[in-house]
Amino acid sequence: MTPTLRQREGRAGLALISPTLVITLVVVVLPLLWAIMLAFQDARLINIRRVGIFGHYTLENFSYVISEPGFWSSLVNTLVYTVAGTALSIAIGLVAALALRDRFRGRTLVRASILIPYVAPVVAVAFLWETMLNPQYGIVNTWLHEPIAFLSQARGELLGVRVPVALFTVIAFEAWRYFPFAFLFILARLQALPAELDEAAVVDGATPTQRFRYVIMPQLWRIIALLSVLRFVFTFTKFDDVYLLTGGGAGTEVVSVRVYNFLTARDDIGASAAQAIVLAVFLVVFLVVYLRFFGGGEGEQR
Amino acid sequence: MSRDRFERALLRVLKPLVIMVLVLMTAFPFLYMVMLSVRDIQELILEPGSLWPRGFTLDTYVDVLTRQGFLSFLRNSAIVALASVAVTLLISIPGAYAVARLRFFGRRQVHFLFLAVYLFPAIVLAIPLFVLFTMLGLRGSLFGLILVYIAQTVPVTVYMLRNYFETVPRSVEEAAAIDGCTRLSTIWRVVLPLSKPALMATGLYAFMIAWNEFLFALLFLVEKRESWTVSLGLSQLAGSIEIPTTVLMAGSVVLTLPIVIVFFASERLLTEGLTAGAEKG
Repeated sequence: MTPTLRQREGRAGLALISPTLVITLVVVVLPLLWAIMLAFQDARLINIRRVGIFGHYTLENFSYVISEPGFWSSLVNTLVYTVAGTALSIAIGLVAALALRDRFRGRTLVRASILIPYVAPVVAVAFLWETMLNPQYGIVNTWLHEPIAFLSQARGELLGVRVPVALFTVIAFEAWRYFPFAFLFILARLQALPAELDEAAVVDGATPTQRFRYVIMPQLWRIIALLSVLRFVFTFTKFDDVYLLTGGGAGTEVVSVRVYNFLTARDDIGASAAQAIVLAVFLVVFLVVYLRFFGGGEGEQR
Repeated sequence: MSRDRFERALLRVLKPLVIMVLVLMTAFPFLYMVMLSVRDIQELILEPGSLWPRGFTLDTYVDVLTRQGFLSFLRNSAIVALASVAVTLLISIPGAYAVARLRFFGRRQVHFLFLAVYLFPAIVLAIPLFVLFTMLGLRGSLFGLILVYIAQTVPVTVYMLRNYFETVPRSVEEAAAIDGCTRLSTIWRVVLPLSKPALMATGLYAFMIAWNEFLFALLFLVEKRESWTVSLGLSQLAGSIEIPTTVLMAGSVVLTLPIVIVFFASERLLTEGLTAGAEKG
C-alpha cells in the first residue's frame, strides 16, 4: 500500500526534525536523567566507572548536602539575589523603554549602546567591574571619601544601617547586565500597542501619568509577568556572574557556585548532583506558586 | 498651572536626563575599559582617577596577544563559534521548517521540549556532561564544547526560524512543488533565499552564545591551556599578579570587540528575531 499524502507529510516532518531531537536528547535529556541518578548514588570522580545504572541507590547525598553548613544560607542568598536582581532589571528596563519609546535623533545609537552590557561577554564585564571597583586603583573608589571593598566585604554600614555590601554589588551587576533584556521585550510590546487608545486618553484629558497608569501599564502586565518568570528562572540557577565577581565569597555564595565547588574542588559528584537537583526542585516549586498566584489572577481579568 | 501642563513640562526635562543616565551607565564602563587598555600600569597606580591617559601605548595589546597567548585563544574561540553557527543552522533549518509547515506526530510536544531546554539550568547539565566527558577522554577537546553549544542554541534558533518561515507564503512553495521541486529543493531554492534576514539573525545568535559562554569552557578546558577560549583565558589570567591589569584590559577589549562589531552590524535583525513572540503578548 502506498502511503497517503498525509502520511508522507508526517514522515517528512519527523525526518526533518530528527537531527534537532537527537541532539537535544543526547546532550540535554539523557544527561539530565543521569544527573538525577548520580544524585542518588555515592559517586566520586575516582570511583565513577564502578557506578552503574544498577548501582547502590541511597538518599545519603541529600541528607549530607542539606545538613552541610552553608547550604541554607546559600539558598537564601540565591533567593535574595534572584528576586532583587529580577525586580531591579525589569524596573530599569521599563524606565528605559518608556524613555526611548518616541523617536528622537540618535535613538538607534542610544538603543544599541544600552544593549551592550547584555551582549558583551560575561567574563569581560565581570572583570571590568572588578577593576572599576578595585579599592586600590579602581575609578569608583577615587570618587568616594574612603575606599570600599565592594566585592570582598561582607558587611558594611550605609547611613548607620548594616548592609551586605558584596551581595548588593552582585545584585547591582545583575540589574545592570540584564535590564537590556527587559528593555527589549517591553519596548517591542510598547511599539506594538495600538495608538488609538493613547490618543483617546489624550482627548479625554488624561495627564501623562494617568495615561501610564490606566492605559499603558494594563497592557504591559502580561509581558512583565513573562519577563519575571524568565529572569527568575535564568537568575536562580545562574553561575558565571557571581563566580566571576566574588567566587562566592563575602556572603555571596549562591547554590550554583556550591554545586560547582562540590564538583571540582571536592570531586564529590553525587553531592554536587544532589545539590543541583535540590536547586531545580526549589525552582519548580517557586514557579508553581508564582503561576498559581499570577497565572490565575490574569485569567480572572480577561 | 494645570496638572497636565506640569507633568508634560516635567517629563520634557526628565526624559533626556534619564536617557543620559542610561547611556552613561552602560557606555561609560566600556569607555573606561578602552582607556585603561592603552596606558601604562604605572600611570594607573599613580593616577587611578584620571580617565584620559597621558601617554598612549599599544604595548599592552602586543603583550596580551603574543606573550599571554590570546592569539591562539582567539583562534580557538573562532573555531568553536563558527563551527557552532554552521552546525546549528544545518540542524535548525530543517527542524524549523518541519515545525512551521508539516503536520507530524508529536509536533505539539516538540514545542514543549524546546521551551524546557530553553529554560533548563546549565548548572544541572554541567555535572553529567563533566563526568561523561571525563570518562570519554573528551575533556580538553573543542569538539565536546561545540556539541554542548549546539544543543543549547538549537531550541531557540528553531523557534526564531519557525516564526519567520511561517511568513513565507504557502502559494510560493506550492508553485515550486508543481514545477517539480522536491521538498528539500523547495527549502533550498525558495524558503531559504526568502529568509535571509532570519538566517542572519539566528546565525549571529548562535555566534554570540558560543563566543560568550564561560561555564562549560571552564569545566571542559581548564586543564589544557592550548585549547582555552578567549573568555576562559581572560578569567584564568585575571587572578595572576604578574600580568598588569592594563594588559588584561586589552584582553577584555579583544574579547568584547568581535561581539560588539557583530552586534552593531545586526542589531535590528537580532532584536526583532528574539522579541518576535513578545508582540503577541
